[in-house]
Amino acid sequence: MGGLEEEKHARYIVSVEKKKDDFEALVIEHLRMNGAYWGLTTLDLLNKIGAIDADGVVSWVMECQDKDCGGFAGNSGHDPHLLYTLSAVQVLALLDRFDVLDIEKVSDYVAGLQNEDGSFSGDMWGEIDTRFSYCAICCLSLLGRLSKINVEKAVNYIVSCKNLDGGFGSIPGGESHAGQIFCCVGALAITGSLHYVDRDLLGWWLCERQCKDGGLSGRPEKLADVCYSWWVLSSLVMIDRVHWIDKEKLTRFILNCQDNDNGGISDRPDNAVDVFHTFFGVAGLSLMEYPGLKSIDPAYALPVDVVNRIFFRK
Amino acid sequence: MPSSVDEVDRIPLSARPEWSDVRPVPQDDGPNPVAPIAYRDDFRETMDYFRALYLADERSRRAVDLTTEAIGMNPGNYTVWHFRRVVLESLNADFHEERDFLDRMTMRNAKNYQIWHHRRWLAEKLGPEVANKELEFTKSILDLDAKNYHAWSHRQWVLQSLGGWENELDYCCMLLEDDIFNNSAWNQRYFVITRSPLLGGLQAMRDSEVGYTTEAILANPPNESPWRYLRGLYKGDASQLISDNRVSELCLKVLKTSNSCQFALGLLLDLLCYGFQPSEELRAVVEALRNSEQDTVSSNLAATVCLILEITDPMRSNYWAWRRNNLPSQVR
Repeated sequence: MGGLEEEKHARYIVSVEKKKDDFEALVIEHLRMNGAYWGLTTLDLLNKIGAIDADGVVSWVMECQDKDCGGFAGNSGHDPHLLYTLSAVQVLALLDRFDVLDIEKVSDYVAGLQNEDGSFSGDMWGEIDTRFSYCAICCLSLLGRLSKINVEKAVNYIVSCKNLDGGFGSIPGGESHAGQIFCCVGALAITGSLHYVDRDLLGWWLCERQCKDGGLSGRPEKLADVCYSWWVLSSLVMIDRVHWIDKEKLTRFILNCQDNDNGGISDRPDNAVDVFHTFFGVAGLSLMEYPGLKSIDPAYALPVDVVNRIFFRK
Repeated sequence: MPSSVDEVDRIPLSARPEWSDVRPVPQDDGPNPVAPIAYRDDFRETMDYFRALYLADERSRRAVDLTTEAIGMNPGNYTVWHFRRVVLESLNADFHEERDFLDRMTMRNAKNYQIWHHRRWLAEKLGPEVANKELEFTKSILDLDAKNYHAWSHRQWVLQSLGGWENELDYCCMLLEDDIFNNSAWNQRYFVITRSPLLGGLQAMRDSEVGYTTEAILANPPNESPWRYLRGLYKGDASQLISDNRVSELCLKVLKTSNSCQFALGLLLDLLCYGFQPSEELRAVVEALRNSEQDTVSSNLAATVCLILEITDPMRSNYWAWRRNNLPSQVR
């Protein structure tokens, strides 16, 4: 088994195979904004984002903005939502095109989704989940507008979702899950609130996610999945405990999930690939400093140079 | 994913007379699609018609029916669900009927965020009268996948917002009888004993729960969840943890019968770090587990435990080495 098939993954991202009966293609139309973020960030990590028609992407992103409320939708003609607003801002960050944004308008949309108890709704329909706390905090931080929300309440809500095992769930009392942990730890990191995390306890829970096959799972007694190479790993990096997992075994697990012929990475070896898992596999390798990849910021989930460009410019 | 007319060949919308007044609106992918997508013809047509109604804000019965078709083909499309809610509210629809529709959709798409959120929206409208029905329904989903995160979140919301706590602890027992390794069920157990208004809270429940957990561990020692649960029962109270004989005896029993169970050693390590004084028997059992080829010897039992774990749990050897190098001073 060889190394990372950089060329093939880049080609896979740039043109997803056109299969008429591929149902998987149908189901992601409404979340194309997420797909754009996963695809473009992967290309940037592979040092291949130059292949993209940046202007075309930017104008499409702006088409997805709701002109009234300022939020972004998953695709043009869809309703705005926090998930896609974050991805839109991340895509614009990657392409260094914040100039097209009415920053006040977007930030007001995001800030308007905070609830009395500090939590965030995904959109006007009121679904609450710590994923949305992360989306809001990450987005506002990139835009330099964290002050528009009540940060203390936001942090308190996240802390109320902390469990006895040191992990975090989607709501208070919700089972600790690596995806939710990434969101909560990321939000706490961005707001300078990592002191609320019991790093040793959580670090141990996270390193216990490493399975015999070297991959990482999201919860006890569940199977390894490449996407947890991101959720678990970035959390470990943020709390400075990444040396508690076996990096070599994890690297081999991710590489084993590649489609060596057609490119792309799947959730586990020999399964079908998709853009989502390709991104998280490459991002996980980047966190482990795999040669040839750009460094990725564990909290913002964007290349480090992109994050630096934003924050040093202020 | 089959639409609502599974068995019958679908008639294109363009061929249905009741749709002849609508001009379908195609998806605008932009000049250079970032993530180009291949469409199935009938899906494309359904979404084109949906877009027409959505842009015209047509709140009619046929709009609901169209969202049913669109959802059937792609239940992840959140805009379709939004529009469905808007239309249902405008039409003052029968929410019980909607619940039946949703039950069917959820069975087929149990990991879909939009469906569960729609379910919550509906349940909020219907109120406490559906509490038991919602618990029954999530149970039917959990029967198929006992770790479905969405189902658990929804169940927790139902309990806290609409009630129904009476049988929840029993339900956890049932799930754990089915699969003692089910981390979600252990989490729910903790949820119930700490939040149920019908039980006495953690302090009151601790004694019986320690008994329950100990039995579970002895039946299957290499099971992460109950070991964590046990620690959780003493949350913040290290002195109680080390003074409850059942905990140290559990470690002893497991170590005697299971070949160096990681979790037993890990808990023993925590006890020692909290100041627990091990018996001679416990010392002897641990010593016996030590790899005789190990160079490093230690009179410190905690350090010995770490050394054993560094060998028997090599994937996490850095963690155990860190524990060994960070033992509390009084334990060194």
